[in-house]
Amino acid sequence: MTERIGVYVCHCGTNIAGVVDVAEVSRWAGKHLAAQGVVVSRDYKFMCSSLGQELIQKDIKELGLTRVVVAACSPHLHEKTFRNASKGAGLNPYLTEMVSIREQDSWVHTDKAAATDKAKAILAGGVARVAHNTELEPLRVPIHPATMIVGAGIAGIQAALEIADAGYHVYLVEREPSIGGHMAQFDKTFPTLDCAACILTPKMFEVGSHPNITLLTWSNVEKVDGYIGNFTVTICKKARYVNTDTCTGCGICWEKCPWKVVDKVFEAGMGSRKAIYTPFPQAVPKYPVIDRENCAYFKNGKCKACQIFCPTEPNSIDFNQKDEMLEVQVGNIILATGYQLFDATRIPQYGYGRLPNVFTSLEFERMCNASGPTEGKIVLRDKKTTPKTVVIVHCVGSRDENYNKYCSSICCMQSLKYAHLVMERTGAEVYNCYIDIRTPFKDYEEFYKRVLEEGGNFIRGKVAEITDVARTPNEEGKLIVQVEDTLIGKQRRIPTDMVILSAGIEPRHDAKEVGKQFGISCGASGWYIERHPKLDPVATMTEGVFIAGCVQGPKDIPASVAQGAAASARVLGKIQQKEVALEPVRASINENQCSGCRICNNLCPFNAIAFHEDRMVSEVNPALCQGCGTCVAACPAGAISGTGFSNEQILSQIEGLLLVNVDGNLTEAVPG
Amino acid sequence: MSNEKFEPVIIGFTCNWCSYRAADMAGTARMKYAPNVRLIRLMCSGRLDPTFVMKAFANGADGVLITGCHPGDCHYIEQNYKALRRFQLLRRVLNQMGVEPGRLKLLWASAAEGAIFASEINKFVEEVRALGPLGWPKEFQQVESTPVMEVTA
Ligand SMILES: Cc1cc2nc3c(=O)[nH]c(=O)nc-3n(C[C@H](O)[C@H](O)[C@H](O)COP(=O)(O)OP(=O)(O)OC[C@H]3O[C@@H](n4cnc5c(N)ncnc54)[C@H](O)[C@@H]3O)c2cc1C
Ligand code: SF4
Ligand code: SF4
Ligand code: FES
Repeated sequence: MTERIGVYVCHCGTNIAGVVDVAEVSRWAGKHLAAQGVVVSRDYKFMCSSLGQELIQKDIKELGLTRVVVAACSPHLHEKTFRNASKGAGLNPYLTEMVSIREQDSWVHTDKAAATDKAKAILAGGVARVAHNTELEPLRVPIHPATMIVGAGIAGIQAALEIADAGYHVYLVEREPSIGGHMAQFDKTFPTLDCAACILTPKMFEVGSHPNITLLTWSNVEKVDGYIGNFTVTICKKARYVNTDTCTGCGICWEKCPWKVVDKVFEAGMGSRKAIYTPFPQAVPKYPVIDRENCAYFKNGKCKACQIFCPTEPNSIDFNQKDEMLEVQVGNIILATGYQLFDATRIPQYGYGRLPNVFTSLEFERMCNASGPTEGKIVLRDKKTTPKTVVIVHCVGSRDENYNKYCSSICCMQSLKYAHLVMERTGAEVYNCYIDIRTPFKDYEEFYKRVLEEGGNFIRGKVAEITDVARTPNEEGKLIVQVEDTLIGKQRRIPTDMVILSAGIEPRHDAKEVGKQFGISCGASGWYIERHPKLDPVATMTEGVFIAGCVQGPKDIPASVAQGAAASARVLGKIQQKEVALEPVRASINENQCSGCRICNNLCPFNAIAFHEDRMVSEVNPALCQGCGTCVAACPAGAISGTGFSNEQILSQIEGLLLVNVDGNLTEAVPG
Repeated sequence: MSNEKFEPVIIGFTCNWCSYRAADMAGTARMKYAPNVRLIRLMCSGRLDPTFVMKAFANGADGVLITGCHPGDCHYIEQNYKALRRFQLLRRVLNQMGVEPGRLKLLWASAAEGAIFASEINKFVEEVRALGPLGWPKEFQQVESTPVMEVTA
């Protein structure tokens, strides 16, 4: 054996040592894997601590180690840590391997003997593999200084402004006609009750006029190619049928348009817009769009009222406009596509959609909004009658095994906000039916106290049913909310004029497909998975793709803003490094072995393999290759090798893994 | 066969992006499953060279598990379809070699499916346990040496 291998087995406090006999594993490796080249084997409380890393560095220097294996947690957590430690002691980082005996062993097994044996096998696999590791140098590629942000709710807006203010270009892609997201729909925001428009509109305006922001509203991302530093994004700018170079946003067109359409997006179905419209008066950009599906001209070739009345010279309405495909180069991407409201019709016993005076939270937000469908008046569906009693139902569709199991985190505060607004504007009696009141952030508990003092009633219990079937004369003509008050252990029927369902929030219906475009995946609840739930909440497993706001999980406006800023800080950090080191896991073809069969050429998903007609051989372009290894496995001539995952490495690892039988003994049949 | 419960040894191939992370997820959530599977991380299930599977059986594995991202979710677009094809081919080849196809399993698991990963491993361990030891290394040794009267594993 020419290699001198050092083995380090981590206790991870009791996380590993509680189940795996780490001292035994380390002793065993020192003795039985000596034939494989192990010259030192140690166990230590916390290998990732600076003392643990120094231990490795000292051995590299003093014992002349040429390879290192660390048996500890998942390589996804600390591979970088240990590779850097080796590098610090002068050993090429790729000569260090990590094997997981925590996530794949101590945390998933209870039988201590079996877990210890498995740890030995895993370790033996790592040792056998590392002997075949080769020195690698990371590939350095330049980072394009522009950034694409998808979704212009408050999280995307914040991120765009931070990056643009730092002097770098941003492409902000939003699929609706205006930026603003959900926040633009609200009237007041908890817990301060400041007016949403007052704090959002200035930011929206700044985005619209910022020299470093290219705003692409009414647009969709069609395709994403490339990798960190060098993404090529194809964006479809849908036809607005309005020439934005000449349009002044005067609004005459939508005033004159004869076609009213119920606005299910911005007005949550509470109000209407025209076939040519901007979703709200402060929309950014100010230019309207024509909704093709509802436009009389597109439907039957007649009307053109907007064009007739448009006062600009030349006329700004252009029925011949076509969708436009745009290709942009960016170095990093931030996804801030937000959430959608839980569909309350999924809970039939709450009567939403059937009982007119059952409202959803977003409907109520629009109702409270001074520029909304009722001009801020809290009234029943007839748009006249002020309610005398209002019941607010918390946790609708959240914390519920049948719908979403998670807590939507904002509905308690939003319900308290509604209680306050109803009492303030109508003097009605308000009942909040809650499971638990959750007010964990700054000034939230104080707001709860305030609503209690204002006279809000609170009933602890999950609402069973909302009905209009009266049992007593005083229930006649009312909605009845049936709920068990669990604090007094009594069923209650509350007659009321209006019910507000605090529907939870959930991932957008297309979150999965959108994530796929960017190479990121959704967790069990459908929110995008962050790189680390605690230590890296805005990065993802795909380098160069970040997430911010509610796409990552339910959160309020301050937290969405904080994530938008955090994601932009991460992007700015990358841009300022000017280049990025890519993992050198790449395929390469040995020309002498290549028979020129071209089988690999079409297999590569990134078109990284080119064929040289003159020499009749194939060649991999390392800048395009992503290292999947498919071609390596497919080449009939065995001409392709995959650095970091070579056949020798994998075959040896298989041998190593099978060196240990289930009973912990070395396999006799296969001498190492 | 002795009365003692047979403990199969299984080699599992995972891809870096989905199924390895499913294993990590099962770990972080402290889900318990049978300790018989030993995992190898590849970048993608497309990297799975059929010889890896043969190597595992030849070196004493009783079963082999191939895992990857769900169809359509592969980090490298669609390389798991290639793994699927290789899996189907391997099952046929193994069958011709007298190895029960049930010793080879394919599992798609996303990074969020730690629970599925754990329960499918448990299922597979039981299936391989029922098939009994494969004992390829021993068989090969016997083929090479003088023939024996009775072969018991
Ligand atoms: C009824 C209700 C009341 C609330 N009240 C408050 C409150 O008072 N105070 C508070 O702090 N929080 C409140 N919240 C929470 C608040 O709404 C969120 O924290 C915040 O809006 C999240 O912002 P976001 O940018 O992450 O998402 P969003 O606001 O959802 O923005 C996402 C944007 O991305 C766009 N988009 C989506 N998919 C794509 C795509 N594929 N391509 C391009 N663009 C796309 C959308 O059109 C949208 O503009 C409330 C929530 C609800 C439901
Ligand atoms: S598959 Fe192998 S032999 Fe055929 S062209 Fe590609 S590298 Fe050359
Ligand atoms: S390893 Fe994958 S990405 Fe790289 S050249 Fe081969 S097939 Fe293409
Ligand atoms: S990356 Fe998981 S199967 Fe390709």
